[in-house]
Amino acid sequence: MTLEKDPNAGGTPYERVQATPEFQELKRRFRAFAFPMTAAFLSWYLLYVVLSGWARDFMGTKVVGSINIALVFGLLQFVTTFLIAWLYSRRAEAKLDPLAAELRAKAEEEISA
Amino acid sequence: MSHETLSVILFLTFVAGTLAITLWAGRHTKDATDFYAGGRSFSGGQNGLAIGGDYMSAASFLGIAGLIALYGYDGFLYSIGFLVAWLVALLLVAELMRNSGKFTMADVLAFRMSPRPVRTAAGVSTITVSIFYLLAQMVGAGALVALLFGFKSEFAKGATIVLVGILMIVYVVVGGMKGTTWVQIVKAILLMGGATLTAVLVLGKFGFNLSTLLRDAATQSGKSGDFLEPGLRYATEAQGLTGKLDLISLGLALVLGTAGLPHILIRFYTVPTARDARKSVLWGIAIIGSFYLLTLVLGFGAAALVGTKEIAAANPAGNTAAPQLAERIGEIVFGDVGGTVLLAIIAAVAFATILAVVAGLTLASSSSFAHDLYAHVFKKGNVTDREEVRVARISAFVIGAVAIVLGIYAQKLNVAFLVALAFAVAASGNLPAILYSLFWKRFNTAGAVSAIYGGLGSAVVLVIFSPVVSGTPKALFTDSDFSFFPLENPGIISIPFGFFCGWLGTILSKEYNAQKYAEIEVRSLTGAGAEKAVHH
Repeated sequence: MTLEKDPNAGGTPYERVQATPEFQELKRRFRAFAFPMTAAFLSWYLLYVVLSGWARDFMGTKVVGSINIALVFGLLQFVTTFLIAWLYSRRAEAKLDPLAAELRAKAEEEISA
Repeated sequence: MSHETLSVILFLTFVAGTLAITLWAGRHTKDATDFYAGGRSFSGGQNGLAIGGDYMSAASFLGIAGLIALYGYDGFLYSIGFLVAWLVALLLVAELMRNSGKFTMADVLAFRMSPRPVRTAAGVSTITVSIFYLLAQMVGAGALVALLFGFKSEFAKGATIVLVGILMIVYVVVGGMKGTTWVQIVKAILLMGGATLTAVLVLGKFGFNLSTLLRDAATQSGKSGDFLEPGLRYATEAQGLTGKLDLISLGLALVLGTAGLPHILIRFYTVPTARDARKSVLWGIAIIGSFYLLTLVLGFGAAALVGTKEIAAANPAGNTAAPQLAERIGEIVFGDVGGTVLLAIIAAVAFATILAVVAGLTLASSSSFAHDLYAHVFKKGNVTDREEVRVARISAFVIGAVAIVLGIYAQKLNVAFLVALAFAVAASGNLPAILYSLFWKRFNTAGAVSAIYGGLGSAVVLVIFSPVVSGTPKALFTDSDFSFFPLENPGIISIPFGFFCGWLGTILSKEYNAQKYAEIEVRSLTGAGAEKAVHH
């Protein structure tokens, strides 16, 4: 794939911020959580839907009383959703927000300069 | 006093209260940021409630409770996709959109692309998705008044649609995003309150033992253990492989559609910062998740206490399961008066629910018309703030009027499939365009336009030739058959097709702008240059 080279590349304030190691670190931290986690919860959800379609006997297995695996897996989807949301917010507060604030100040300084 | 009278009084109280808020909000709506984004001054918690208000439609409140009451487990399965979907919004979309956009979904796309074709595509898609969703809700409102109040004449249904339509127009035209957001907040609190009250009473009746509740529900349904397992509604044994593929297709549209729904996306602009956008989605997930757990209790409770037969007799789709349950549990716990009061509360809440959702949809489509199509495509950006807001108000009026007319015309048709179609279009057209735009360096105008039209077009075309439109007794047109696509839900084909079109369009075009990508990447992740909140 050949990309057209922009003659002004490397010049804009945003490009200068983008090139800094701090920004690359922020991008890495963001993607390192968001991308694999998205793949994980989508796979887990699809597995659940596929089991509901194809593995009826397994899903109907009683665990305790009238509660079967289908219900447990369904409720686990709620648990994992709440858990991932909570993990992300904790991580974002600790690892993303401070670095983003630092870079925002830097970028706004570059723009006004 | 009959439950109908009490319901009407409660509903009118809700209308009076929300209209007062709307008038107040209207007086505080001065510029475009106020009208489109509520001045970006809502807190994460407030916007989280409003997200719940916008999202928890009558289709999910009455529809899912009814599905569970009639088909057991499959109704629950349906609700899970609606919740998990919020993780896509949380991890990939909400904060980055808040940082890089202004008022509409198209703002994010137009950021690095040629604005006119991209805004046209995004505007067309936004208005299409919103009208589909709106129409399903309007027709639902007409059907609901017949079910809850016994007004079965065509005139009463038509009058209800007109009334709902006029109220939603007033909320949007007068109150803009500020007014609409408060309507969502009030509705979300009422809906959660009503659902919690009913669910706690039901659980109390079963000694807070879920297993006993499920056992009684299974016995009452006459289907014993099968009632607690997948397969009575979706992918039944009789449907074979087609049914199983349809289930996956539906699941994909639900889980990927939410983060592409225009009326949800514009919610992220109503808060001051990306961090507040994150908080609002977290609140939204907590509220929506709790709501579906309550619905699980309501659905199985209705099956156990009212009985599947009686529910199906009242409405074949089970839409009255929740109100019927409210009446029954009220009677059991508090006697006849209790039954009347609880039924009236739930019926009024159901109307408030419809009203709030249609207002959100009208706002999303009129915002996109005024901001994307009028201001940027027709006027090429040469338009004052004041004029843009005026056009947005006029288009809310026009879209509302169109929805009323279509709603009256469609009330005898089975349009329930339109909600699933709205999710499928959002997942197939809007989501690829948004994700590529935020994360793919090479993405360009041709890619964005191809993704939106490819996803939108394929989803709509497949549904036109599917069994929900023709060829079956439950179809939109029962007396003709031009269906050749076997699935009811297009997502399994149209979602990959939308992503593929976005990729193909991109690589076939040479357009590439490294500077613009640097800008959106830095802005979306750091919040530099993001739109600020306004204070009056």
